[in-house]
Amino acid sequence: MQAVLLIDFGSTYTKLTAVDLDKEEFLGNANSFTTVETDINDGLARALAALKTRTGELEFREQLACSSAAGGLRMVVSGLMPELTAEAARSAALGAGAKVVRTYSHTLTSPDLAEIREIEPEIFLITGGTDGGNKEVILSNARALATTDLQCPFVYAGNRVIADEVSEILKEFDLTVCPNVMPRLGELNIEPVQERIRELFLESIVYAKGLSQVEELISNIMMPTPQAMLKAMELLARGSGRVEGIGDLLAIDLGGATTDVYSMASGSPRLSSTVIKGLPEPYARRTVEGDIGMRYSVDGIIAAAGIERVKEISGLDSDSISHWCETLRADPAQLPDQEEIEALDFALSCLAVETAVTRHAGHLEEFYTPMGQVFAQSGKDLRGVRKIIATGGSLIYSSTLNNILSYALYNPQDPGSLKPEKADYLIDKNYILSAMGVLSERYPDIALKIMRKELLHE
Amino acid sequence: MDKAKIVIGVIGADVHAVGNRILEYAFSSAGFDVTNLGVMVSQEEFIAAAIETDADAILVSSLYGHGELDVRGLREKCDESGLEGILLYVGGNIVVGKQPFAEVEKRFKKMGFDRVFAPGTPPEVDIYFLKKDLGTLTEAEREAGKEIEQYNEHAEVGYAGSSTD
Ligand code: B12
Repeated sequence: MQAVLLIDFGSTYTKLTAVDLDKEEFLGNANSFTTVETDINDGLARALAALKTRTGELEFREQLACSSAAGGLRMVVSGLMPELTAEAARSAALGAGAKVVRTYSHTLTSPDLAEIREIEPEIFLITGGTDGGNKEVILSNARALATTDLQCPFVYAGNRVIADEVSEILKEFDLTVCPNVMPRLGELNIEPVQERIRELFLESIVYAKGLSQVEELISNIMMPTPQAMLKAMELLARGSGRVEGIGDLLAIDLGGATTDVYSMASGSPRLSSTVIKGLPEPYARRTVEGDIGMRYSVDGIIAAAGIERVKEISGLDSDSISHWCETLRADPAQLPDQEEIEALDFALSCLAVETAVTRHAGHLEEFYTPMGQVFAQSGKDLRGVRKIIATGGSLIYSSTLNNILSYALYNPQDPGSLKPEKADYLIDKNYILSAMGVLSERYPDIALKIMRKELLHE
Repeated sequence: MDKAKIVIGVIGADVHAVGNRILEYAFSSAGFDVTNLGVMVSQEEFIAAAIETDADAILVSSLYGHGELDVRGLREKCDESGLEGILLYVGGNIVVGKQPFAEVEKRFKKMGFDRVFAPGTPPEVDIYFLKKDLGTLTEAEREAGKEIEQYNEHAEVGYAGSSTD
């Protein structure tokens, strides 16, 4: 046996996964409640002990890790137009596994600066203007940021023409210049920025995060956890070259405070005559819904879906819904152990999935003209995706999972929303995806085979 | 000097793509930095693109007859968005049916367009007027333009909108 230990330093849990490289299989996992502020080493030791009670004594030949400790990689991004460079910047940061705390567009105002100081981002990404495009707003933003005492590294990926000027303005700060995220209108170039974000994360941020306590492990931290998720899913979808992938997929990670949705699909229009609107989206796309979550963001779900839908699906009346929501807010650790909470939990899960996937999926708008219909598509057409993966504690333990996931499907009542028409549901029951993303850095074939075994029961 | 930057596109639910591609080709060849938004472009998309690219002019096409409705309020939105004074041109088959061009031109100018082009105007004419408005005509171009100025006079007596049925 050649065992490898994969560690995910989370905000509240340290999660361990052990795999065997020889048999190419999952050995076991264990969690322990820990925060970096307190006892990360103790937590790790506890989790390791728990793991070994399940797997027996293990000798690890390698230990690899990812981290979302202390709230994840907290970034603030700025761009010019909300739907153009600001969106490009946001999407680049999300794809690099960051938690985008705030996205600014247009000129940064003094209240904005006060807010940014309050947020204390770990990386600030400045964008805006195509190459040769707008200068004034971006220069004014750089000057505004120069007046602050922010300590975090800055990455500039805006209008190339003023890169030198921006460097000069921010010369007292730790600034890296990257190629523009949007060199020409509608053309994205986000990989160089994402690479830089990962470097910064590894070079300095993991230390600042209190992870230096796990001295001997720190050099094994490979990436932020969400990036590990993205890597795992991209590998699972596309294959490794030697091991076949499972094709286009959609994955939902329904959490307590936020909901992440991932799609691995090009999402090109079905009809070649369809006109494409808005920014192109990457094959591997991640979105995060900050207002959709099963405990801390219950109000967001209800606001997005409407109380009528909650009533309809749960069978509860408004009074019991607000009563139980109150209970959940007061005690987020509450598990669905009573019939009414269970009904409410079910309805909230369905609507969280529906809302988050609808926001992630593309849209088709139909125009009627004397010559018939004309279509305009924005975002990805996911109707042809045939695999939906459920991951994250709020989903994988649910007994009504298939019913919940059906809310991620195409709904004829809302024909413009391009969600999968039908799909097989795969369950990440041992929560191995992020671990496999980390493992894939060294052993992509094995990581893929283990995912296939775990998710497809091969 | 930097290239002059323009944003072009076909407004509304209009899918006529051929003229748009010809304009992209013609203006790029004439030395402009062209951002082409293609067909079915909303007013907001024109404005966002012009801000992000720091454009000198927006050239709006409309072919399918609803141009007059689709462009309404564009100048005001430009002003509102910080694009005060940006050059606005419109061309194609911008109204329905046969209407005297002089009247159509007047109506579109009232809506804030700097220039209005009659159906079938060849790209050389568009390019000439844009360079003229941006103050970048060379001496030779100005000389050659005398004929073009006449072309526009000519259009004054023509028609806007459909010309074939
Ligand atoms: C091909 C065509 C179609 C094709 C378009 C295919 C495609 N994806 O491109 C199809 C079949 C889809 C189509 C559909 C329709 N069409 Co049609 N179509 C035409 C046709 C025959 C040719 C258009 C063309 O490509 N011209 C060649 C290019 C090079 O010229 P252009 O587009 O005019 O552009 C040049 C100039 O106008 C100028 N220009 C254009 N914009 C601008 C802007 C500025 C600022 C400047 C300076 C210059 C400028 O420069 C361009 C390059 O030289 C015209 C008739 C005609 N002969 O023009 C009708 C025509 C445009 N269509 C017409 C109509 C009504 C329609 C429909 C509503 C219904 C129908 N009758 O079929 C639908 C609308 C669909 C929609 N939602 O947009 C009418 C418009 C009538 C009006 N405005 O009053 C026309 C004029 C036919 C007619 N006589 O009735 N159409």
